[in-house]
Amino acid sequence: MRRVYLDYAATTPLDREVLEAMLPYFSEKFGNPSSLHSFGREAHEAIETSREKVADLIGAKDNEIIFTSGGTESDNLALRGIAYLNRDKLKEKGPHIITSSIEHPAVLETCKDLEKEGFEVKYLNVDKYGLIDLDELQNSVTKGTFLISIMFANNEIGTIEPVEEIGKIAREYNVLFHTDAVQAVGKINVDVKKLPVDLLSISAHKIYGPKGVGALFVREGVKLKSIQTGGGHEGGTRSGTENVPGIVGLGEACRLAKIRMEDDNSRIKKLRDKLIKGILDSVEESYLNGHPEKRLPNNAHFRFTAIEGESLILFLDQKGIAASTGSACSSKKLKASHVLLAIGLSPVEAHGSLRLTLGRENTEEDVNYVLEVLPEVIGKLREISPLWREK
Amino acid sequence: MMSMYSKKVMEHFLNPRNMGVIEDADGVGTAGNPVCGDTMTIYIKVKNGRIVDIKFQTFGCAAAIATSSMITELAKGKTLEEAEKITRDDVADALDGLPPIKMHCSNLAADALKAAIEDCRKKRREK
Repeated sequence: MRRVYLDYAATTPLDREVLEAMLPYFSEKFGNPSSLHSFGREAHEAIETSREKVADLIGAKDNEIIFTSGGTESDNLALRGIAYLNRDKLKEKGPHIITSSIEHPAVLETCKDLEKEGFEVKYLNVDKYGLIDLDELQNSVTKGTFLISIMFANNEIGTIEPVEEIGKIAREYNVLFHTDAVQAVGKINVDVKKLPVDLLSISAHKIYGPKGVGALFVREGVKLKSIQTGGGHEGGTRSGTENVPGIVGLGEACRLAKIRMEDDNSRIKKLRDKLIKGILDSVEESYLNGHPEKRLPNNAHFRFTAIEGESLILFLDQKGIAASTGSACSSKKLKASHVLLAIGLSPVEAHGSLRLTLGRENTEEDVNYVLEVLPEVIGKLREISPLWREK
Repeated sequence: MMSMYSKKVMEHFLNPRNMGVIEDADGVGTAGNPVCGDTMTIYIKVKNGRIVDIKFQTFGCAAAIATSSMITELAKGKTLEEAEKITRDDVADALDGLPPIKMHCSNLAADALKAAIEDCRKKRREK
């Protein structure tokens, strides 16, 4: 049976070249980067070379990159690191963070946790496309606001936020700006030389690198409190012996992303556009979620009337197609996706959602196969569904 | 996700038995979960106090579809008195179990069947 992977926003396969680059650092080049001897030095050099590659992809300076265990830690380090530094300073004014209602749980749950610790958090609304309102952002700034954290691009519906404008507002009010760019890096141009961003989260496994490693960009001069105590690695910001093979993998993935991004993404975008058009044309009562233009080039997100997402995913899986959904039935908490509810869908509408995210290895045949299989599967599920018959 | 369901659940989900509508049903019952919107409808045809035909339609997850399919098999051929005694646990057991988190939200078929039996009795009384 044909197997088609369309869940690249969940994770990507490790690139061959990345794997090759990593392999020596598991065995023969196993040194601890903190050691003074030659074994340590070669590991240390590998990390610094990686740092240059990561910095180069986003236009940062080498000393602005901190390695972490992934996107979730980068988000935690950015939010908590800045928050704990400001807690006492802003005690009188009421320390205040602004974020959006469609952030990844790594940001959202961290904000909820910070609320319990006495911080105030404003969760900005989004419109039907998932875009925040810049006026609402501006009006939300208080005397105590010290941080704005808004994602670069949404992981579910792919909407790209107005990062430059958000950054300008942050600068105007002298507030730091963090952006979770886990889904954006490697897919669209992210250049911190041009963007008024102070902190930016990166994950390796979304860009054909290994799982369990990521980075946080921290602009020169921006201070944050370490959230992990220990031997003072990463300039004292992130203690813990470095994940050398992982970091080498992240660096190599960033190097390849820089070279391939343009070609990859124009090809992927064409396939994605064909997929969207094909599905909207062939499936009755199908709708595109997210913004028609301001969206990641590899993201397609749909809603089908009278369909439940978990059933849809499992039927597609039977046909070899790997996809994901924001349906409550498929989540650990049995709750509909907070992103889909935030863009105004009802829980029943969120039920019928399907996310297809493309990547490097997808071909035109893959898209044709989905266009052949999906209408049939939707038809079968609608036959079972009493909601479809009522119509 | 696949591994959280038993083989039997997957089998009924992928090949649902007695799926569809009985146009001249003697009883129709619906059960749903208002929180998530899952809905199932069961149609029964009754002769001499026995369920001679039964069909279902379900909007919901794999577990919701599998429990609907299973209850139609369990109820077919039974008297109304026997059929109304089928519990949610009976359905789950017949499917070799359901994931704990799905036990309450998706296991609504027994409720829909009871509603269909009630509907049948009500219609008969009215005749």
